[in-house]
Order: sequence, then C-alpha cells, then structure tokens
Amino acid sequence: MAQSNLRKIYKNFIHAFPLLFIFFLAFTGFDLTFFLFENSFSFNFIYAVIFYWVLKKPERLGYGLIFLVGIINDVVQNFPIGISSINYLFLCAIASFIRARTLMPNLLYDWIFFLIAIMIVSSVNYTILTLVFDYPIKYGTLMFSSFITFLIYPALSKIFYQITIIDLREENAQ
Amino acid sequence: MATETGRDDFVIAIRSAFLKKGTRQKFSLFTLLIISTLVLSLEYFKSGPVDTFRSIAKDLIFKGSFFISEPFVYIKKNYYNFKDHLQMYEKYTELKNKNYNLDSLKNENKFYKSENNRLKKLIDEKNIYSKESLLSKVLLDQQSPYLKSIIINKGFKHGIKLGTVVKEKSYFVGKIINVNFLTSRILLANDLNSKIPVIIEPSGANAILSGQGNNNYAGLEYLPKLKKIKEGDIVYTSGIDGIIPQAIPVGKIIEINENLFVEFFVDFNQLKYVSVNK
Repeated sequence: MAQSNLRKIYKNFIHAFPLLFIFFLAFTGFDLTFFLFENSFSFNFIYAVIFYWVLKKPERLGYGLIFLVGIINDVVQNFPIGISSINYLFLCAIASFIRARTLMPNLLYDWIFFLIAIMIVSSVNYTILTLVFDYPIKYGTLMFSSFITFLIYPALSKIFYQITIIDLREENAQ
Repeated sequence: MATETGRDDFVIAIRSAFLKKGTRQKFSLFTLLIISTLVLSLEYFKSGPVDTFRSIAKDLIFKGSFFISEPFVYIKKNYYNFKDHLQMYEKYTELKNKNYNLDSLKNENKFYKSENNRLKKLIDEKNIYSKESLLSKVLLDQQSPYLKSIIINKGFKHGIKLGTVVKEKSYFVGKIINVNFLTSRILLANDLNSKIPVIIEPSGANAILSGQGNNNYAGLEYLPKLKKIKEGDIVYTSGIDGIIPQAIPVGKIIEINENLFVEFFVDFNQLKYVSVNK
C-alpha cells in the first residue's frame, strides 16, 4: 500500500515536473550565478524550461500558470510587475509558432530557434525596461546571460527529454 | 501561387500561436498578453488601493519564497560552516604566529576612546548615530548579476521608511529601496546600481563607492589623484548626499592590479540579521 502511494507521488511529480520546476525557479530566483575571471555568469533557466516544454509538450505547461510565474519572478527580482509575464508569453508564442511550422524537429534546429527566441525576448525586455521604466539595466549583461542560457540548452534539453520518456513510461505502465 | 500558400501558412501559424487555445489551456496567449500589459501599466500607480494591493501581494510572495528557499538556505549555511571548519587549522596557525600584545592594544584603545570623548565635548558635536534602530531578520537573499538585494521581515507597519540606512553590527550594508506592508527590500552596497558617497581616512579624500556585483569588494569613482591613499585605509560614509548618515564604516582599501578597491567589512553571503535606522 505504502509502495503504491510512493509510486503515485513519484508519478505525479514526474508528470508535474515542468510546472513545479518553474515555480521553484521563480520563487527562489535561482540562476546559478558564478564568478569567473572577474565576470559574473548566470543562466535564465526559466526561458529554457518554457521553450522546451511549450515546443514539445504544451499540455504540461498552462499559459495561465506561465503568466503567474512571470508575476512571481517580477516580485522576487524587483522588476516592474508584468514584464516577465510578457517575456514568457512572447517566448511561448515563438515556441508555439515554431511547433506549428516545423515538420521534422531536431535538436540543432531547436537550439538555433531558441537563440533567436531569447534574443527577441531579451530585446523586448530591455526595450520596455529602459524606455518605459528607466530601469538601470546593462544590455551587455542581459544579452550575455541569454547567450550562456543558449549554450546550456542542449544539455537541459537532453535532461528534459529523459523526464518526458520517464513520464511516458509511467503513463503506459498504468 | 507557391508564395501565396507560404504566406498563408505563415499567417495561420501566427494566428494559431496567439489565438488558439491548446488542450487544457484556459486562456489564449493573446488574452494573457493583454492582461500582462494591463498589469504592467498599473506600475504607474504609486499610491492608493493599487499600491496597497501590490504591497500585500508582494508580502505574500516573499513569505512563500522564504518557505520554499528555507531548505536551500539551510544547506548554504552548513556549507559555509563546513568551509569555516576546513580553514580552522590555517586560521589558528596564522593567529598563533601573529605577535599580539593585547594589553598594550587595550590601553591604547582606552586612551583613544577617552581622547575622542574629550574632543567631542570640546567641539560640542551631536551624536551622529541614530540610537533607534530596528533589528530585522533577512528573509530572502537575492543575488543575481542584475540585483544584489535582500528582503527583511519589517515593513511600513514597523515604521520603515524609503532610503533608510541598514547596518550589520556597526557596518554599512545598504539602503532601503522598497517598502511593503510587512517586508522591505534592501539594495546592497555591492549592487551594480549602488552609488554611495564615502570618505577615506586618514587622507580625507572624498569619492563615490560604486558596486560592481562582486560580493567581496567595490570600486571607487571620482577619486582625487593627488591624495595619498594606501592599502588598509578605512572607508566611511561621508553623508554628503544628506540621506545616508556620516561615519558608518564600509570597508578598507585594497589594491588589485594597481587599482584601488574597497573590501567590505560585511560578508554579504552570510547576512542573517540587520539593523535598520529608524
């Protein structure tokens, strides 16, 4: 009985993984910042999670919840409330557009489209923050962080793919 | 003909991306983008019920964030403890090798204290330190390249005001940049956007302490070239801006690659409690 309950919890956890993961990232503001050669490096994991799951399994991440994640992220990071929601929803729109247009998906295409998508989203973010809110943000830092996120996308994509496989296996086992 | 079909496909893909509701999706992207824009436009209301609502929402999110981050804060705390333990032997040997003449240092300290009091009476100086300060717990430690800030568990309900100075023991930590009902955000002195007017003693040179996103040190701007500043000089707040009180110790001068920096007295990685001037 206990084993069956544990199995159920595990299955639900795997099923809701993308959702739990982005809420965790938004609430903790986790970005794995580190210093190397006097420069600060950080990743924007939320971009990678949203892009991957909206592209591959859109039914796992509701747009409404992505909107909510954006609001939480803005409060935690001290951005004007609503800006991250706009970014994330734009990213969803781009991922959804690519999904509709791609016939033969592969990692390399996804990777290149991810770079284009985060560059567009970061530019929109920078434009709104500086032009509308006079927010002191450095374009170089923002773009550099986006580029670092682009570099780790294949690794994250492989991990997420394995999670999708586990999820499918659990569903089929049922 | 082929071009027209291609254009049609493109338009259909865009329309489907923005307007189509997928399986288990309650809202279309277009609707949510409009809602987000409306929420963003509410940022212009800095007072009234919108601000109160925003303040309460922020408090709730900060509390949620505090509970979710708690296990990681615990791990981080233990990591630093473990690191300290590893360095214990090295520090012990270092201290053992240093020749401290504690009695003479104590006497010297007593002498300076009494001399300081006597001189203060002579010039009839007012006490520059605010005696009323509020001890606050650090709820969240938000350190990203864009923002070095912490959230504390005191807000305008407790009398916290915007721009107030925050200290740890007697050392400068930062200033309040955002006040909610039950919580406040402090911009740390090492944040990229932090500019603090400082004075370097004993040379008396005025400069601006400019955060560089580094947790250990910050840069100095508008440093006079003729003044002789050397490693180990102490940096205090100058109070020139009229907001930050003067003479709060910030750090000491260090030299890296022939450039002068200020090494903070405060360890920004391990802030647990801070005091806020009232």
